[in-house]
Amino acid sequence: MYPIKSYAEAKTIKEAIDILASNDNAMLIAGGTDVLIKARELKSGYVDRDLIGVTRIDEIKGVSLDKDGNILIGAATVFYDIETSPIIKEHFDIVAQGVGLVGGPQIRNAGTIGGNVCNGAVSADSMPSLVAANAIMMIEGKNGKRELPISEFYIKPGVVALEKDEMLTHVKITKENYEGYKGSYLKFAQRKAMDIATIGCAVLLKQNDGKVEDIRIAFGVAGPKPIRAKQAEEFAIGKELTIENIEAICALCTKDTMARDSWRASKLFRENLITELPIKAIRRILGEKDA
Amino acid sequence: MLKKITLEVNGQKRTVEIDDRESLLEVLRYRLELTGAKEGCSVGECGGCTVIVDGANVDSCIYLGVWADGKKVTTIEGIEKNSKTLSPLQNNFIKMGAVQCGFCTPGLIMSSTVLLQRHKFLTREQIRRGISGNLCRCTGYQKVIGAIEETAKES
Repeated sequence: MYPIKSYAEAKTIKEAIDILASNDNAMLIAGGTDVLIKARELKSGYVDRDLIGVTRIDEIKGVSLDKDGNILIGAATVFYDIETSPIIKEHFDIVAQGVGLVGGPQIRNAGTIGGNVCNGAVSADSMPSLVAANAIMMIEGKNGKRELPISEFYIKPGVVALEKDEMLTHVKITKENYEGYKGSYLKFAQRKAMDIATIGCAVLLKQNDGKVEDIRIAFGVAGPKPIRAKQAEEFAIGKELTIENIEAICALCTKDTMARDSWRASKLFRENLITELPIKAIRRILGEKDA
Repeated sequence: MLKKITLEVNGQKRTVEIDDRESLLEVLRYRLELTGAKEGCSVGECGGCTVIVDGANVDSCIYLGVWADGKKVTTIEGIEKNSKTLSPLQNNFIKMGAVQCGFCTPGLIMSSTVLLQRHKFLTREQIRRGISGNLCRCTGYQKVIGAIEETAKES
């Protein structure tokens, strides 16, 4: 038995928000692959909570295109459904690559993208791709709906910009942030499955006439929050992607990152990955077979 | 709090009263006396507790029992064809020597059953990925992969 106080299931967004607003001890639970484990290991903040299940709220499940061609990913969509979504495969494959590397098959059948980003872990495999695509977090609370760029969503490790009575309902990728871009997500971990990223790196690239029109390089686990390598991105604009230029661009990535030593990896090793992974990602986007 | 849930387990409709703090694994093992699914790590790492819920393999140790309300659950007890003979996959596990101590076997069968349902053709690499959430400390996986590969070829 889990050391939780109670469990209630919300059928609508409004129901979930009403409980959140009226009960200080309430906490949302989606796939449970994070919350239940933390409760079981008696982690502070996860014991004796009143859990509110959200996986039967149909409005926040599934992937769709809105009338403007923006991609909407429901917060309670499980990783497997994102990975196999025809819309994602066609327009935003990079996030499929990311969620396809989460845990193992059982975790991907239960875990959700909303849980992945709302727990504020910098190692979330869905996050770097969303950061690269300037994702918009669609939030609903007692005071109505609001939209927040993902760059303002992460506050510090484990903390995101959600008020007590608010929940993430969808992640939006606007058309101008996916159309014409090709992407690659690379995860470095000790094992190929069931592991947490040492560094995660997402690159989105738009080329024009053989030159870089726009590039986004985003990292997970390279600092206390998701990080974009802005200086490398700016330097890359207008450049041809020769191997010399790719290496010069990626050498600038550590200028924006804040990697640190942890038991998982040293700062030095992480910075090496921060330089090498985007090189590999760009070469993969360019279709180089050995990358 | 006690809650009444109704689920279809291995093709049979069952209504049980459960504590809403119980995992699906606890519901299966202690309320329904289906002890095929095993508790290994209890944190979703080992896959010993894997069952199929509405066509997807999940770790029943990190799945609330109340979530199974209204759903179809299949455990290793329900895999046998017509409840009489072993499934082709189970037969291949035996034939290829993919079972040693047997603790991981129910979970591996559940994960690979879903894998075979989702894919018509499977490479060894895809099989490795498909069973990456199931740990086996005896076999070294080669024979398990061989048994799944053989079943995919036969079907």
